[in-house]
Amino acid sequence: MLSRTADNLFWLARYVERADFLARIVEATQRLAALPTSYAGTGTEWESALESSGAADGYRATRGVVEEAGVVEYLTFAQDNPSSIRNCIEFARADARAVRTALTGEVWEAINGAWIELKRFEKAHVGRGRYDREDMSRFLEFVKKTSLDYDGSVYRTMLRNDAYWFSRLGLFVERADNTARILDVKYHVLLPEDEAVGGSLDYFQWTAILRAVSALTAYHWVYRESVKPWLIADLLILKPEMPRSLIACYGNIVRFLDAIAGAYGISGPAQAQAHEVMTRLESVSTKDIFAKGLHEFITEFVEANDRLGQTINGQYLL
Amino acid sequence: MQNLISAVGEAQSSRFEERERVQEGRCFDEMTLADGSIRAVYGKIARWLAGTPAELLASRRSQAELLFRRIGITFSVYGVKDASERLIPFDIIPRIMLRSEWASLEAGLLQRVKALNLFLADVYSGQEIIKAGRIPAELVLGNPQFRPEMVGVKVPHDIFVHIAGIDVVRTGEDDFYVLEDNVRTPSGVSYMLENREVMMRLAPDLFAEHRVAPVENYPDALLASLRSVAPAARGEPTIAVLTPGRYNSAYYEHSFLADKLGVELVEGRDLVVEDDVVYMRTTQGPKRVDVIYRRIDDDFLDPAAFRPDSVIGAKGLMRAYQAGNVTLANAVGTGVADDKAIYTYMPEIIEFYLGEKALLKNVPTWRCREPEALRYVLDHLADLVVKEVGGSGGYGMLVGPHATKAERQDFAAKLARDPAHFIAQPTLALSTCPTFFDAGVAPRHVDLRPFVLTGANGVVRVVPGGLTRVALIENSLVVNSSQGGGTKDTWIVEDRTFDELAPLQSGTGAA
Repeated sequence: MLSRTADNLFWLARYVERADFLARIVEATQRLAALPTSYAGTGTEWESALESSGAADGYRATRGVVEEAGVVEYLTFAQDNPSSIRNCIEFARADARAVRTALTGEVWEAINGAWIELKRFEKAHVGRGRYDREDMSRFLEFVKKTSLDYDGSVYRTMLRNDAYWFSRLGLFVERADNTARILDVKYHVLLPEDEAVGGSLDYFQWTAILRAVSALTAYHWVYRESVKPWLIADLLILKPEMPRSLIACYGNIVRFLDAIAGAYGISGPAQAQAHEVMTRLESVSTKDIFAKGLHEFITEFVEANDRLGQTINGQYLL
Repeated sequence: MQNLISAVGEAQSSRFEERERVQEGRCFDEMTLADGSIRAVYGKIARWLAGTPAELLASRRSQAELLFRRIGITFSVYGVKDASERLIPFDIIPRIMLRSEWASLEAGLLQRVKALNLFLADVYSGQEIIKAGRIPAELVLGNPQFRPEMVGVKVPHDIFVHIAGIDVVRTGEDDFYVLEDNVRTPSGVSYMLENREVMMRLAPDLFAEHRVAPVENYPDALLASLRSVAPAARGEPTIAVLTPGRYNSAYYEHSFLADKLGVELVEGRDLVVEDDVVYMRTTQGPKRVDVIYRRIDDDFLDPAAFRPDSVIGAKGLMRAYQAGNVTLANAVGTGVADDKAIYTYMPEIIEFYLGEKALLKNVPTWRCREPEALRYVLDHLADLVVKEVGGSGGYGMLVGPHATKAERQDFAAKLARDPAHFIAQPTLALSTCPTFFDAGVAPRHVDLRPFVLTGANGVVRVVPGGLTRVALIENSLVVNSSQGGGTKDTWIVEDRTFDELAPLQSGTGAA
């Protein structure tokens, strides 16, 4: 397969996954910000939304005050934010168009259909000229649906060959990054000692994290108890059955990199690095993580994940 | 769609007899004759039109548009802002031709493409036709599309034109003219194929009644042709389609063809040339490429050989080609054969190489390089279409009847300064076909581009039909997609299906 094709498939998946994550961040933050300050209000919900989505620097450089309408606009329809949902779908569609021959008709239609729909939303949005929560929530629903369409059509229709594996790699590298990012921004509310300090005031912060990775229900199924910050960390880092946990992402990354190595008959640095991260995740406990420092652990993970992305790029995509 | 946009439709009305016929609506209509009767071949279409409410036709049309939009069959118009992805309008009334009509057209097309290949093989080797004095040397050697780099190059299997798009117009029951030969990188075949797919979804009953000759085997025929012209026996050849990239106007077609062929769609940056061998960069390292169906013009193919500023080509490709390590389809330098000045010599070319008379007529053409012709053209500027010999896309062209007096005077000066660069043609009364509009069905002018494939050992193939383009604007003869042109599905149907049908009266036909 052409390196450029693999590259496009990889990034197509990343952009769709990112759009989905952004939509969830916005939704979760809206919920949190709507609470009376006596419940959750740190007043900095939109700051952390920007941080979690990696858009804080861009926002500060181009926008003024951090407030809901501005941030939501920046994360959804802004053309000058390279990672806005709108640009993610735009880039995903451009990638899809560049590799149409590597996509099934269903995958193409999922992306192209989403793009056509995006144009409609954009037009309506621009025409309205103001922030409207109801319309926004319809838009965010559409974005989440798009990732389901894309994901489902990839899963159901694509041949299990390198095209599929590179698509999946992109998705899980991006997902791991997203989960790690939200943990990184919110780590302070997850620290055990915070429980004593902030008490249940942080409850809504915790559930917001779970919502952002659509894990609130999953949490209850897994732990069958009320929301505890260290269990959130456990769920999002070490629970293999949680599809957005770091360990679940790496289980998939390892699996698909191994599939590629098997098909090509040669293994390289990407496989070695992925296995290394996986081994670390498998051998560590939540207790260890908190002992060592959640923040340090996450920072290290984000760096390792970035490094793996670069290695995959060098090994296959150039 | 460079070529699609550029190609035909430059024929306009004139003061000639044809023009009168156009203006009085008496040009040949492929459905309804001058006396109001319906040609038998359109009998079922006429009944279908009469029996289908306009709203249903309109809803079919929007269904078709939705399908095209969803599949992403769009084209780009250069230099038009915010129009980066447009649909070419699709008309849901198919154009119908009898198998017998097609058969004679087909024979002429095959003959023409054979001769074009022999001509190109000759001008890049012995140049016998020039030595024999049948075509002026400067027309070939001084032609900007003539590539001296190709002289003496042994192209695999001596085939230069693997894919040709020959633009044909009809002016009467038995009158077909070749308007233009496109032997560089003709486009439009994806529309031929997709129009058929969409039509089959929209009007399955009509298909069942008509027994339409299939076109869907075109990609297979193309693949067979491309495989057959691989350089040397190296086992199964690796084939790739070379595209300028996703911003090219015909990008959809490139990806469509690569997909149907089951081959990689490569851009210049995906290719590397080492020791005169072409490789593509893959996830498993470099992979050798044997045949490249390139959709990039000669000029941009290789910055080391042609335009050094090309960023869409592959450096060293030309050397690999000259070394015989890769086949380019079409060959480099074919442009010399689809130049409008060479076009006028096609009857001589066919006779010289094949010893046969040309089966398909050329549009009568005055070569302004010849003093007598020039005089005539200058005297009749108001009636003629004057074209630059190397031009395309309607640029550098004068449409006499539509030009102002000042424009004609300016052009006359230009023409007198450099007559060799121009040819002139009368305007033809292109045939019309029924075309659907919200206000009803009305005749519109059409042309036809069939696609002719050539493989090793002189195997020439053409799928029955081609791309019909239609000038949607009333009385317009411009079928270019950039100027309000649309497309139609083209049906070649068996003659005997219509034997039993009595001619219908127009009253039962379309509005």
